[in-house]
Amino acid sequence: MRYTLLLHYQEMTGGDIGEEAIEAGKQAFHAYAKALDDAGVLISAEVMQPSAATTTVRSRDGRLQVQDGPFADTREQIGGTFVIDVPDLDAALAWAERCPAAQWGAIEVRPSAVRFAGGKWIPAA
Amino acid sequence: MTGGDVRAPSASGAPPRDRVEQVARASYGRLLAMLAARAGDIEAAEDALADAFAKALAAWPASGVPDNPEAWLLTAARNRQRDAHRANVRHPLVPLDEAPMPPSVDPAEDLDPDAIPDRRLALLFVCAHPAIDAGVRMPLMLQTVLGFEARDIARALAMPTATLAQRLVRAKRRIRDARIPFVVPDRTVMPERLPFVLEAIYGAYAIDWQHVAGAAVRESTAAEALFLAELLASLLPQEAEALGLAALLSLSLARAGARGSAGEFVPLDEQDPARWDAALIAGGERYLQRAQALDSVGRFQLEAAIQSVHCARAGTGVTDWRALRTLYTGLVTIAPTLGARVAHAATVGRVDGPDAGLAALDAIDDPGVARFQPAWATRAHLLAAAGRTGEARAAYKKAISLTTEAGARSHLEEKARALARGPTA
Repeated sequence: MRYTLLLHYQEMTGGDIGEEAIEAGKQAFHAYAKALDDAGVLISAEVMQPSAATTTVRSRDGRLQVQDGPFADTREQIGGTFVIDVPDLDAALAWAERCPAAQWGAIEVRPSAVRFAGGKWIPAA
Repeated sequence: MTGGDVRAPSASGAPPRDRVEQVARASYGRLLAMLAARAGDIEAAEDALADAFAKALAAWPASGVPDNPEAWLLTAARNRQRDAHRANVRHPLVPLDEAPMPPSVDPAEDLDPDAIPDRRLALLFVCAHPAIDAGVRMPLMLQTVLGFEARDIARALAMPTATLAQRLVRAKRRIRDARIPFVVPDRTVMPERLPFVLEAIYGAYAIDWQHVAGAAVRESTAAEALFLAELLASLLPQEAEALGLAALLSLSLARAGARGSAGEFVPLDEQDPARWDAALIAGGERYLQRAQALDSVGRFQLEAAIQSVHCARAGTGVTDWRALRTLYTGLVTIAPTLGARVAHAATVGRVDGPDAGLAALDAIDDPGVARFQPAWATRAHLLAAAGRTGEARAAYKKAISLTTEAGARSHLEEKARALARGPTA
């Protein structure tokens, strides 16, 4: 079963928390991704740029609406995603608990419904 | 961290900067507790103490290190506190001389190092006051009693420094604004307040073993936890549980070196006792005996006694599983945590056979047991011992899926493979 871990946290820069803390965070994320990979459960991992770099697009009445900024202007933003393949929710929660961002943000554990691969939609196992 | 309340020797050829650091390490908590107790303001005391240390760095190279550096620093910090207090008196109609001021320093008190009273116990109780958020009590102790920087504590907790620093400041302002008293609780409230202090100190030990990624970048605070536990035991020698906690941490830390290095996992009953720390074990046993002499059983004493049984294997070569079962039976009666109940079932399985162990495991009614890794690992071991290979295989699979530590994971995978090779029931 595939789960996407959506990492929500307050955006902070090196200026806010110090380069040293950023470096420690990078190391923690590296160890986390490595542990997922070594356990053979990691499908993909993305850490995204701050929401200042994001653009939101809508199409309304045939007109393109481009919005400078995130879909929802909230204090906490999605900062990254990990897609994992584990037997069940218990295992997904065990991995979410270990995610470094769980210490300062929130990890949303969302099961896959279907995915597109090899030219067709495949229902979640 | 130094292992006790050591006052650095005063005659020394060490350069002043080193001496300042020595005094800071040995005396920080003692000085801060003194300074904070007066006005109930930890932040102001920290500022005054930092200023005193800066003055020492500036003055000592020229004047030499004073005979009693602690008293020197205390006086400098108190002068600073008085100056800050004067500057803060806002009421313009009150002449400076009549403004309320902290009582002046008794010079005799400051000249005699032994007269500096130890207020750290009160400080510990302030840090673990019920009005302080439980999550910040332990970091607050590390910062105020041991002088840790927020940055270093944050690293140990794998959290951003800014977040922790903010929580610490909020807690200190709350202590000041709510006027949490710097006192040691009297006998009537001690039983309800002491567990908070013990729990916070235990937390400084336990974070080391939490399943949070990035173990390599985290620094253990287990040694600091032991320092605090021993300090508490020395300040409260009649509290059995304070002694019990010191015993538990000594005995647990004694085995730290044998647990396996990064990525490796050596279960307790496969550890080589030769790699255990004999001095720590002896110290732990002394605490445990003193605790038991007080005849007031508690959670930490029972956990220490369990560690003591494991450590006894160093001398006897065998593990007394019956003693462990008895102790766990006691522990689940007074502190029925999920971990203790699973460990109890495991010892029942060892002594009374796997079926009895499985029955004990099935009797756990905590809903969290369904996704508790140790419960599945124990179930797998018990099913394997009972010869129920198919079910054991499934339980190992579930246990492995819940295991995020690489070392523990490969240990379970090895057990599962051995099951497949072995005779089937």
